[in-house]
Amino acid sequence: MSIQRHLNALNDTLAKRSQIRQEYPDLSQHNNHMAKVLTLEMYANLRDKQTPSGFTVDDVIQTGVDNPGHPFIMTVGCVAGDEETYEVFKDLLDPIIEDRHGGYKPTDKHKTDLNPDNLQGGDDLDPNYVLSSRVRTGRSIRGFCLPPHCSRGERRAIEGLSVEALGALDGDLKGKYYALKDMTEEEQQQLIDDHFLFDKPVSPLLLASGMARDWPDGRGIWHNDNKTFLVWVNEEDHLRVISMQKGGNMKEVFTRFCTGLTKIEELFKEKGHEFMWNEHLGYVLTCPSNLGTGLRGGVHVKLPNLSKHEKFGEILKRLRLQKRGTGGVDTAAVGGIFDISNADRLGFSEVELVQMVVDGVKLLVEMEKRLEAGQSINDLMPEQK
Amino acid sequence: MGLNNFINCLTAPSTTFIWRDLVCFCRVKMASSFARVLSSKRKVGILSLVGAGSLTVGFFLNREQHVNAGAHVRRIYPPSAEYPDLRKHNNCMASHLTPAVYAKLSDKTTPNGYTLDLAIQTGVDNPGHPFIKTVGMVAGDEESYEVFAGIFNPVIKERHNGYDPCTMNHPTDLDASKIRGGQFDDKYVLSSRVRTGRSIRGLSLPPACTRAERREVERVVIDALAGLKGDLAGKYFSLTLMTEQEQQQLIDDHFLFDKPVSPLLTCAGMARDWPDARGIWHNNEKTFLVWVNEEDHTRVISMEKGGNMKRVFERFCKGLQEVERLIQEKGWEFMWNEHLGYILTCPSNLGTGLRAGVHVTLPRLSKDPRFPKILDNLRLQKRGTGGVDTAAVGNTFDISNLDRLGQSEVQLVQTVIDGVNYLIECEKKLERGQDIKIPAPISQFK
Repeated sequence: MSIQRHLNALNDTLAKRSQIRQEYPDLSQHNNHMAKVLTLEMYANLRDKQTPSGFTVDDVIQTGVDNPGHPFIMTVGCVAGDEETYEVFKDLLDPIIEDRHGGYKPTDKHKTDLNPDNLQGGDDLDPNYVLSSRVRTGRSIRGFCLPPHCSRGERRAIEGLSVEALGALDGDLKGKYYALKDMTEEEQQQLIDDHFLFDKPVSPLLLASGMARDWPDGRGIWHNDNKTFLVWVNEEDHLRVISMQKGGNMKEVFTRFCTGLTKIEELFKEKGHEFMWNEHLGYVLTCPSNLGTGLRGGVHVKLPNLSKHEKFGEILKRLRLQKRGTGGVDTAAVGGIFDISNADRLGFSEVELVQMVVDGVKLLVEMEKRLEAGQSINDLMPEQK
Repeated sequence: MGLNNFINCLTAPSTTFIWRDLVCFCRVKMASSFARVLSSKRKVGILSLVGAGSLTVGFFLNREQHVNAGAHVRRIYPPSAEYPDLRKHNNCMASHLTPAVYAKLSDKTTPNGYTLDLAIQTGVDNPGHPFIKTVGMVAGDEESYEVFAGIFNPVIKERHNGYDPCTMNHPTDLDASKIRGGQFDDKYVLSSRVRTGRSIRGLSLPPACTRAERREVERVVIDALAGLKGDLAGKYFSLTLMTEQEQQQLIDDHFLFDKPVSPLLTCAGMARDWPDARGIWHNNEKTFLVWVNEEDHTRVISMEKGGNMKRVFERFCKGLQEVERLIQEKGWEFMWNEHLGYILTCPSNLGTGLRAGVHVTLPRLSKDPRFPKILDNLRLQKRGTGGVDTAAVGNTFDISNLDRLGQSEVQLVQTVIDGVNYLIECEKKLERGQDIKIPAPISQFK
């Protein structure tokens, strides 16, 4: 019978080997970070692994398989289903993180700095040009699965914990929660008018990862009475935290941002919960592109002349800034008004990133004024940061 | 060479041809060996109760458990905390998924790991429409209908007008010689078509299949289709490999199907990995068409211009029986049982999975206020000529059978034939200025 046993084992081994190849996705048409990195060998090694909550490599890469990408825009193509994803699937995610975050190595340490006093200046961006200032980040509650993977019970628990914590904020942070499924018509209209309301994701990048399941269950918007501090619950991350106001006082925006975040973190800790964070990846979020600070600090700024300058792209690059349209990611600029924000997320602290925005935007506005006056900007060209 | 060497040799990528021969030599039934290897594809994660014993307060206990990130195991909540909010929903799943039913089924899984939450996801994500009641759930594999019978059975009963899978048997009859009549007046009937679906036993259905399973479905099906001869001989066009010219030709022939956009389908996970392992096969005469891995493993369509429904159904039966014979030669079979008939992804397609219909021009009858009632009594439905959820263009309608389960293929096609004949008679009467009558309702389960 040993021949039969051998043949059975052989059958299984061959079937398994062939099965791995049969499971390996066809990435020949793809252009995203996941497709660049995921070889057959790597896939074979990761296929038998799963995080303690059951998230598999197929779950991680589904969005990247379903969305081949664009020749010009390099998407990430992966998501995390829980905090452990970044550990269990580090063979896949580390090179992606390195590629996406400017060479950030698996051994690098990320610095967190939410002390607004460390920000120099930032309170005097010219409001004739800088129409509004905004800083956003995300936070995940440790011990819960992330939006691609969480169950309804988990999502509701996250909502419950968040609403409880936010309900304890006071002073200028005091506010109110609006659950998406319970809001009245009037509340909905007000939130739309305030540009606060978020809707069910339509981007196939998000849908394919399962983040929109059970919509709108467990989702909602919290904002303070002054409408300067806003939290999204259970959209693309557990929490998205936004501080914003009209005009160019980024310092004030950032101060409120840091104060609010720190207070929220304290409130969670009082109840025995903490945010997902480690000294290598900083704050852990659903998309690898948002690791580290998860911070996008930016302004809506009028740059009609500078934006037409041939060196505009190069200037932004050297300042480590990126431009978007005023509708946010993947929109076009309207009337010469651009959304200018930091390009980096990981490897720089919150203070460092907002400093780059503050210093960079100041320079951009100066350049704009020069061009308005018909003068050259060559002497203002920055070095690569 | 020693056995170990031999094994090492065979695991090298280049020697798959030897594997095929060897597998033929020493294999067990193909479907079950594949399923055996695959059954480990998803182990349900380690589950532990947070706050053991306490139902309501349990979420916030056991702080020690989540101080270290690595110690996290999946939180389990009681069914009452997981139960979906269906208050705004209007679909069959929502009508029957009570908290009690949910609690009873929520911790069960099929052998492949398919869960209740997966089955109902599409119905949770798509609350439905006040006028159109969708099904709101899908099967991930054949066993879903068994493991989750507690919710599937009432849904099936509602959708299929009282058919009870527990007590009733579904008749299968693909003997086209039993059809009486079936050649319509070409002046009225522009085209005739019969479609159904078939699933390959042992492989998961589109909502749940892995890439390997889907590719295996494709391989098994196109292997069988390649064995068709005579008027059924044809060619396969893989969605990933087709050329621009082939694509254009398939569009011109109205054969090409695209990635689903309906959230009813995408929320069920059927569009994953698109367009991998999807394709279209059709015979050279373009009268017999098979879709591979769209909403079901296969969708089989027989059609032609004009009113010869009998011939369309003959080809339909012959093609289906041939394909079945060919897959059986290789050790595969279709999913079928005596209560539910042919097993497909959507419960609405159980039984025969059959929709037989015509494009028919009825300018006078369609304007008669009795038209809907006549259709209803004949157990027919009308759609626009673009198919489901489209409007009629001009006076041409798609008229087809309402029922799928509880009557055989022959019975349903006969119903369509008799019904369409009646409709044409009505149209002719109205042409002559005569009055028409609403027919007596025909019985459902024969």
